[in-house]
Amino acid sequence: MEAVLLAFILMLSVFLGFELIAKVPATLHTPLMSGANAISGITVVGAIIAAGADLGPWSTWLGALAVFFATVNVVGGYMVTDRMLSMFKKKDSPSGGDS
Amino acid sequence: MSVEVLGSVYILAAILFVFGLKLMSSPATAVRGNLLSSVGMLMAVLITLTSKEILDYRYLAGAAILGAVVGVISARRVAMTGMPEMVALFNGSGGIASLLVGWAALYGQESSAFTLVTVLVSILIGGVTFSGSLVAWAKLSETIGSGAMTFAGQRVVNVLLLLVLLGCSIAMVLDPAWTFPLVFVVIGLSILLGVMAVIPIGGADMPVVISLLNSYSGLAACAAGFAINNTILIVAGSLVGAAGLILTNIMCKAMNRSLSNVLFSGFAATTKAT
Repeated sequence: MEAVLLAFILMLSVFLGFELIAKVPATLHTPLMSGANAISGITVVGAIIAAGADLGPWSTWLGALAVFFATVNVVGGYMVTDRMLSMFKKKDSPSGGDS
Repeated sequence: MSVEVLGSVYILAAILFVFGLKLMSSPATAVRGNLLSSVGMLMAVLITLTSKEILDYRYLAGAAILGAVVGVISARRVAMTGMPEMVALFNGSGGIASLLVGWAALYGQESSAFTLVTVLVSILIGGVTFSGSLVAWAKLSETIGSGAMTFAGQRVVNVLLLLVLLGCSIAMVLDPAWTFPLVFVVIGLSILLGVMAVIPIGGADMPVVISLLNSYSGLAACAAGFAINNTILIVAGSLVGAAGLILTNIMCKAMNRSLSNVLFSGFAATTKAT
């Protein structure tokens, strides 16, 4: 039953993901890719559980390694996205303002 | 921290991810979108750290601090022109993390067939994302030649690789006693498969490939979420998986090409040559 519920969540999230990115200007392709990449670092939550739940030495070590890589992904990903966006905002901030 | 509180904060984080992605598709609101999604991430991480499942913080804290330092330094130091390469590296890093989370899920509790399948999927996609992203990085930064690399019989090798992977996976699910020798074969072959998938694609197409691999890393996180029964991993992972796929498609259209045209461009070139 649990698996079925989780599969429902999966299906709805996939549709949502498709809808969210329907129209995006070409200049935002790379920042959006980078931002989405940072979100995929959510695996850090799984890594934290594997490393901290005391499931044995193997789980702890593999989890700690996963925490390291996922944190690089999350922290680096958000920072790089922010740098890209800030550079791009300077160029055309006067024309912006609609949302 | 009760399960209800944990679940509610996960829902809040998921809402922030959704709004973040939405805002990021318009230039005027993109910065705010990125900020929102990072707040969602921070909330998900903090609430997980305070959940009662977490008993031992020592390794966890060390690894997180080290990862944050590496992330900050590499994000600060990279030149604006080197951004796509950096995204590729970060993406590979996320891929290997999902692989490791899947692998770690094999220890600890008794694994059901369903868990085994999801672990295998997270290892397979995570491994492909990891090595594929590294190859994409190497091509973009011209550490290796940026041209399409093909060799005779490459397709046959790829099909064989997939068949062996499938065989090992089926054997593992049918008889969990085989898990420990075979999981290492699956890990190794998944990483090899990522290399094989990206080397035949030319350097100019790497941004599209990175976008596709980004979609994969979302799917890998989603599979890892199924393996450890964690809803936020499933939701955020599948959001990225779907959004990444659409973005890849949009990027292909902007170049007037189809995705299969990009993925098999190297092969098409060799067929024309022969």
